[in-house]
Amino acid sequence: MNEGDGLSTLVPVTGMDHTPPPFFNRGPAPLVRLAFFASLSLALLVLDARFRYTEGLRSVLALAVYPLQSLATMPAALGERVADYFASQAQLREDNAELRSKLLSAAQAAQRFEAAQAENGQLRRLIGAAERLPLRSTPAEILYNGRDPYSRKVVIDKGSQSGVRAGAPVVDEAGVIGQVTRAHALASEVTLLSDKDQAIPVQVVRNGLRAVAFGAGASGMLELRFMAANAEIQNGDRLVTSGIDGTYPPGLPVATVARIERDAAYAFARIVCQPAAGVENGRYVLVLENAARQPPLPGEAGPEREKRPAKVRKPRRKDNDAT
Amino acid sequence: MQLSDSPASQRILLPVRASTIIGSLALALLANFLPWKNVALAPDFVALVLVFWCVRQPRLVGLGAGWLLGLLADAGNGVLMGQHALAYSLLAFASISLSVRVLWFPLWGQALHVAALLVFAQGVAALVRLAAGADFPGWAIVVGPLLGAALWPLATLLLLMPQRRPVAVDETRAI
Repeated sequence: MNEGDGLSTLVPVTGMDHTPPPFFNRGPAPLVRLAFFASLSLALLVLDARFRYTEGLRSVLALAVYPLQSLATMPAALGERVADYFASQAQLREDNAELRSKLLSAAQAAQRFEAAQAENGQLRRLIGAAERLPLRSTPAEILYNGRDPYSRKVVIDKGSQSGVRAGAPVVDEAGVIGQVTRAHALASEVTLLSDKDQAIPVQVVRNGLRAVAFGAGASGMLELRFMAANAEIQNGDRLVTSGIDGTYPPGLPVATVARIERDAAYAFARIVCQPAAGVENGRYVLVLENAARQPPLPGEAGPEREKRPAKVRKPRRKDNDAT
Repeated sequence: MQLSDSPASQRILLPVRASTIIGSLALALLANFLPWKNVALAPDFVALVLVFWCVRQPRLVGLGAGWLLGLLADAGNGVLMGQHALAYSLLAFASISLSVRVLWFPLWGQALHVAALLVFAQGVAALVRLAAGADFPGWAIVVGPLLGAALWPLATLLLLMPQRRPVAVDETRAI
């Protein structure tokens, strides 16, 4: 240590470069290295937050850490399996009886649903509307909560190899819980409805009023924003998906209105809703997927919309000339 | 030759092996991926082990290692790409700058330094997220780093274990 101190008095040492004598080649100075890595990180941040260009890199790295992740979730899974093994017979019989009665009522509801669907199809054909195609669903299990205190996400055990795609709605037995925001190869990330950035188009069952529900963050509730203070809505109203965004199929239960605050000082009412599904709890979910192909979104700006058909048209003209 | 151990136990350590460093960092990453009930309260093991190696072996583990670990943590946790990378490279820089000073303190004094470092890293991550438009999740996010700092003596004990040599007292030796 004394030698080092002696050196530092002889040679001007910058910052933290305390031990290495300057005559050995030690690469760039620490501050330069810090500037390099910090600017690299900032560039990545901007690329990800603004342009979403880093998805390829992310999926490669996610695949690299996947063994560690599955190893980390193994103890909990093993514990659950052991607990299942030692479940008492009485409890199993009770569960069985309950499930059987649920199955009966569900089967009855399914029969009625089938009849209603057939009738609905006929009526829709009658009025010339497009028929709704059946949904494909993939059962999945929630692996763990996302390790990020700033957002509300969970990771499920089905990925793009099982046909899960980003944007697919995720439901449990009571209603919508969220949407797949990122599909990796073997797992995918579901953003819960209560996330601050998550929005879902809904409709009041009672009168068909349309609205958009946003997550309220830490409280686990939903909020209807931009509803006029005199909007026809009351406590206890049930909200279902309206289906006008083409992502969520219509008619899935979303939430129940829990509290309405109408303040004359504001143009909008503050409407807080309780999610219908166990958004923050529960283990088994269903990933839905629209079998129908989505119609292309209309372009936002005029010039871009004109540009695209022109590009498509050109080769066609060439083909016509050739033939 | 630097005094590589704290005054509390002044024993000369064996040179560190690369496998120890890589293995401990992988274990820390594994501990971070454990399914924690409340993620805001869970200590960040990767940051703790990174600080440890940056303080003990500033020539072997530094900004590059921190940045790579940060990228892995970003991808594994599904957060904004570069958030942990930035926080960990700043953390590595700060711990290397403090490395000479920290080792002169007894273990609890070191833990106080580590607490400041870990809170700093968490603050960087929080700033990045707030700038990206997230809500502030509450002051509970400070608890994780403080718990991590409380684990510092245990981390020191465990991570230095491979480097300790058996005590062979030789009565006839002059020094």
